[in-house]
Amino acid sequence: MFYVSIFFQYASQYLKTRMSYRADLVVELFSDLLFQAVNLIFILVVFGHTTFLSGWSREEIIFIYGFFLVPYAVFSSFFNIWDFNERYIVKGEMDRVLTRPIHSLFQIIIERMELESMFGVITGVAIMFYAGSELGLTLSWYDPFMFIMMVIGGSLIYAGIFIILASISFWSDSRTDIMPMMYNIGNYGRYPVDIYNQVIRYMLTWILPFAFVGVYPAAFFLGREEWYGYAFFTPVMGLIFITMSVFFWNAGVKRYRGAGN
Amino acid sequence: MASKLSMYVEMVRIRFLMMLAYRTNYYSGILIYSINIGAYYFLWQAIYGGQESIQDLSIVQMTTYIAIAWMARAFYFNNIDREISQEIQDGKVAVEMIRPYNYLGMKTMQGLGEGLFRLLFFSVPGMAIVWLVFPISFSNDLSIWGLFFVSLLFSFIVNTQINLITGILTFFLLYNTGLIRAKRVVIDLFSGLLLPISFYPLWAQDIMSFLPFQAISYIPSMIFTEGFTGGEVYSAILLQLMWSVILFIPIQLLWIAAKRQLIVQGG
Repeated sequence: MFYVSIFFQYASQYLKTRMSYRADLVVELFSDLLFQAVNLIFILVVFGHTTFLSGWSREEIIFIYGFFLVPYAVFSSFFNIWDFNERYIVKGEMDRVLTRPIHSLFQIIIERMELESMFGVITGVAIMFYAGSELGLTLSWYDPFMFIMMVIGGSLIYAGIFIILASISFWSDSRTDIMPMMYNIGNYGRYPVDIYNQVIRYMLTWILPFAFVGVYPAAFFLGREEWYGYAFFTPVMGLIFITMSVFFWNAGVKRYRGAGN
Repeated sequence: MASKLSMYVEMVRIRFLMMLAYRTNYYSGILIYSINIGAYYFLWQAIYGGQESIQDLSIVQMTTYIAIAWMARAFYFNNIDREISQEIQDGKVAVEMIRPYNYLGMKTMQGLGEGLFRLLFFSVPGMAIVWLVFPISFSNDLSIWGLFFVSLLFSFIVNTQINLITGILTFFLLYNTGLIRAKRVVIDLFSGLLLPISFYPLWAQDIMSFLPFQAISYIPSMIFTEGFTGGEVYSAILLQLMWSVILFIPIQLLWIAAKRQLIVQGG
């Protein structure tokens, strides 16, 4: 309960600060929309020159992309920790965080959230509905529940990977550029994994399981039964990764000795 | 005049050396670009499927196009828009303006120092790695290489000019991160980094032909992959030259207006 009320207090403070530069907020939302459109335009232009991508149709690829946007939006709203090393370790902010009466990871998450990224959920769902209606997909009563489960699973996978990467900073305090690299690898998961070679496929499934954030769960809604096994595994993967990451984080915090001063 | 010139050369050198100090960042950069190129390689393989060529580009030309487009980006890409924006917000720009050099010229030179560093320590070794992994064809015609480097220089000029415009706009908007992000996305799409312009539907190509963005990525990549031949190459470079000249006008106008507008936010 305490955590929930702290969350809402931070969220309302956050909205106040964002509102003070309103023009920039509008441009930022617009640039987010543009960013989401770019990938869609890519798909549309490419399918002007081909009809199938390894047996997947244009609408199916669009649907996968729409799905991907939703867990990605949730992740980027709450786990905006790509500059953790610089901001918290190098600048010594971590010392302040550790004096707070709530878990250090939670403290950082609420300090760094970017709630406007949640608009991606709307774009994603809109894209899915468009592609779904083109494909003639129908909604079952359990689909919304499955969707929520899969989105949570996907977001947790993303979060888990990035928390583990942030935790590395506790061991090595030099700056690394692993984070942007991970964003790029994350993009691999947006396309059907059967277009990649075996090694990449294996990696995207079991080591950096970004395929569980896009193509696998989307395959469930597309009725692609050959992928159901993977699709249902999405929430499990999410739980495994988030548990692992919290474990890493706690071990890291224990080891943390503070920077400078 | 000579001392002015040597001052700007010195700015290029200093930025180059500064980049050398943060070398590790750029080693991981090579990996990031390789990963990007890899993703697009597999994607294009699937897109081509059985097709011999799309829009007159073979699959090998396409792979080369993607690789060279990303590696060229290392040279023309810079963050001077963000730096200008930051210096305006910190109020540092007021001090910079009374220094004995042209502020925008200095920023351009710093961008050039950064670009040269990345070209040598990043694009060249990066290309070697990518060349080992993916099927890429390099032309053995020296004139192609020469023309490519000329057009690459123009890519830098046009992209930097657009960055200067974006940066100066901070004077009027006060806070500029959204616009900087939007500009980056627009350039990725309209410059031909992700997709050759010739792949777009005709109406879209018509619109893009009136915009300066294709001068940034599409033209050097097409020259390198020999997607442009004969007279096409020269008219493409001429187009780049034209944009480099035209873009001076808004920069000068904005800069004059900005000096009048100067509000130092704190600092």
